[in-house]
Amino acid sequence: MAVVEQREIGADHERRDGPAKVTGTAPYAAEHPFADPAYAHPVQASIARGTITAIDAGAAAAVPGVLAILTHENAERLASDEDQEYWVLQSPEVSFRGQFVAVVIADGPEAAREAAERVEVSYERRDHDVVLRADHPELYAPEQVNPSFPTDTEDGDVEAALAASAATVDAIYTTAANHNNPMEPHTTVARWDPAAEHLTLHDSTQSVHNVRELLAPLFGLDTEQVTVIAPHIGGGFGSKGMPHAHDVLACLAARALPARDVKLALTRQMLFSVAGYRTPTIQRLRLGADADGHLLALVHDVWEQTSRIKEFAEQTAVVSRGMYAARARATTHRLAPLDVPVPSWMRAPGENPGMYAAEAAVDELAIALGIDPIELRIRNEPDVDPASGKPYSTRNLVECLRRGAERFGWADRDHAPSRKPGPDGRLAGTGVAASTYPVYRMSVSDATIDVLPDGRYRVQIGAVDLGTGTWTALAQVAADALGVGLEQVELQIGDTSLPHASVAGGSSGITTWGTAVTEAARNLLEAHGDHPDAGASATGSVSKNEAAKRYAMHAFGAQFVAVQIDPDTGEITVPRALGVFAAGRIVNPRTARSQLIGGMTMGLSTALWEQSVIDPVTGHYVNHDLAGYHVATCADIRDLEAEWIEEDDPHVNPMGTKGIGEIGIVGTAAAVVNAIHNATGIRIRDLPITPDKLLTAGL
Amino acid sequence: MQTTITLTVDGQRRTATVDTRVTLLDLLREHLGVVAPKKGCDHGQCGSCTVLLDGRRVTTCLAFAVQHDGAEITTAAGLGTADEPHPMQRAFLDHDGFQCGYCTPGQICSAVGMLAELEAGWPSHVTRDVVSRPQRTPAEIRERMSGNLCRCGAYVNIVAAIEQAAGG
Repeated sequence: MAVVEQREIGADHERRDGPAKVTGTAPYAAEHPFADPAYAHPVQASIARGTITAIDAGAAAAVPGVLAILTHENAERLASDEDQEYWVLQSPEVSFRGQFVAVVIADGPEAAREAAERVEVSYERRDHDVVLRADHPELYAPEQVNPSFPTDTEDGDVEAALAASAATVDAIYTTAANHNNPMEPHTTVARWDPAAEHLTLHDSTQSVHNVRELLAPLFGLDTEQVTVIAPHIGGGFGSKGMPHAHDVLACLAARALPARDVKLALTRQMLFSVAGYRTPTIQRLRLGADADGHLLALVHDVWEQTSRIKEFAEQTAVVSRGMYAARARATTHRLAPLDVPVPSWMRAPGENPGMYAAEAAVDELAIALGIDPIELRIRNEPDVDPASGKPYSTRNLVECLRRGAERFGWADRDHAPSRKPGPDGRLAGTGVAASTYPVYRMSVSDATIDVLPDGRYRVQIGAVDLGTGTWTALAQVAADALGVGLEQVELQIGDTSLPHASVAGGSSGITTWGTAVTEAARNLLEAHGDHPDAGASATGSVSKNEAAKRYAMHAFGAQFVAVQIDPDTGEITVPRALGVFAAGRIVNPRTARSQLIGGMTMGLSTALWEQSVIDPVTGHYVNHDLAGYHVATCADIRDLEAEWIEEDDPHVNPMGTKGIGEIGIVGTAAAVVNAIHNATGIRIRDLPITPDKLLTAGL
Repeated sequence: MQTTITLTVDGQRRTATVDTRVTLLDLLREHLGVVAPKKGCDHGQCGSCTVLLDGRRVTTCLAFAVQHDGAEITTAAGLGTADEPHPMQRAFLDHDGFQCGYCTPGQICSAVGMLAELEAGWPSHVTRDVVSRPQRTPAEIRERMSGNLCRCGAYVNIVAAIEQAAGG
């Protein structure tokens, strides 16, 4: 594949949507000018499992300003129950606490909320089970794991290889449930125009086309009867990758109140039960190596949860199929179906929890062998991708490790895990871990390019910028594909009236949309010459990457973390973190660095603070707000840097990019736990590492 | 119960008749169409709704509108414009102190208010000597900006931007 000549790709451009964002004038879902909107406020189930026996909406209906109250008894019947997450207000059954059981629509948000609190719902409760355990009686093997990987793999005799190993690690690692918590809570403003038979949504979504395609059939509509608009969204991290129950609820409300915009903005608390989250995981890692550190066996077994109504199987062990060479290898995933909210995508599903456990285990093996953990990783570099048997298009993990080691001052590290005195009487240590993320290219995306009367180019594609920099980076891609300067490109995204685009997820945006835009530009220039006249137009579609048949394509990285620990309180601080990545060409160094440091920041958060605590008695996420669910704050993040190795990969796509939205979070948590072990001699295998765990372990 | 109040928002006098339960944030967003302050948590836990109220940074989700009849409010939209951004906004652009932009208007108002607090000599949790004047160190900035969450993780860029806006 010919890589296009690059002038704008690689240039440090300020965000094109930046001036609107810093002045607060970029409109998010709830903020478009709506004339006389109505407000919807959901009612959520207060039990985890059972059946609604009665709903008394009398007191609610008496609240001044209330326009309608919808329950399973009077809501419009949906056309398909195929996806039970979207089977909203259709049945009296309750499958998890927080499930929508009614919605109140009123003239103002205060009335809607007050009335929602006055809706009386009676239930017949049934016993529920919300606790993941590795010996759950209903464990099962899903048909595949997200997005389409085999559930289990086995290659060679792992038991024999373990038995023949000079050193082994056999340990259980666990991670807490995590919630995405984008700063903009999920919001949908829906309007049903009966005359035109058209549904319009201003939605906070990572994929306008996904929303349209999944919702239209529920309401018996053709996709052309639904418009979804999302020019700006306040983060998503996977939780807005597909519509959730609130999208359906907003449409039900709008259809009950025709020709009026109905605003449904979830509260922060509601996000914890209806907008996706990362499953907790239990992972067993068994590694065996010869005395020189060559892996003979690598076994990664995973137990995680899904909801009873909809399966989501996080691909946690998949990273262990390809990361390192090993003579024998096995991976498994087992799911426990529980009475819990539906888990879904959260930044680097699979890679984030999987690499935490795998890279902590590699660190434990390095200590058992007495080998520098960087050297151990280098010794297990595979010649070809162990998962597919194909050579890598590019793989620069070793360069990342070496450059990071040099920048971080790794050579001076005392590898022995022990109490190491640091500044101010605190303990100090350092850790390293590797990062990896696959190059995903979605199968469908189209772009159109028109030459405008003033000679500039209008590029249209229904992509979404969830903060990643698409408004800027995709315009840079278009500029190079057209052979013009960035100022010559006008980009339009975030609307289903634009050509079909895939989800802003799986770090696939620029790879997929950029390929479609490049194809459109190529078609335009081929048909109309290098200087097409005004009015000329062409379309292009993302192609299948033939090179993917020959090459394995992944980004890699190395993360280095320093920790300091108060020996009295167990408080952990991270004075320094460094990530070095090899992720193909970087389209915009400014926005790319922000994505990478943002991923690392969320990785530190995973390691040290984030945990969604479910009450086994009520099935309720008890810390369901930003006071109880701790995410990294400004005070927590000190010297944190990301840099990259310039990588020339002619195989991935015409831009040479690999995707950078997720790799920054992968491996950070392992680097933290390895650093804590180095600083204290205490190995905690349960995320997040809160001070109580260190103190209980005898700090 | 309805009450009529008048405020100055971004230099304009605005009058509204509102339910007494309406928060200052909802007054701005839902009644006056001023959407620069964002609703991230509605509980004073995230800082996205921060504005300058009579010159001080305030989380508007924790204030009732009717408490602030006659107040002067400056949101990020009033600090500067896309063509003529406030120095703090310019610094956020220069350092890419945001990604999704949802917390950003609050961060910027908070940063402006925070620098004024530092200038006035207010100590913080990390001020070692609360008697003498606090210094504008990265640690002070980080501590004082920790009421404004950024899930995209732009903190290191936010601190760099604030240092630039404050004069290096």
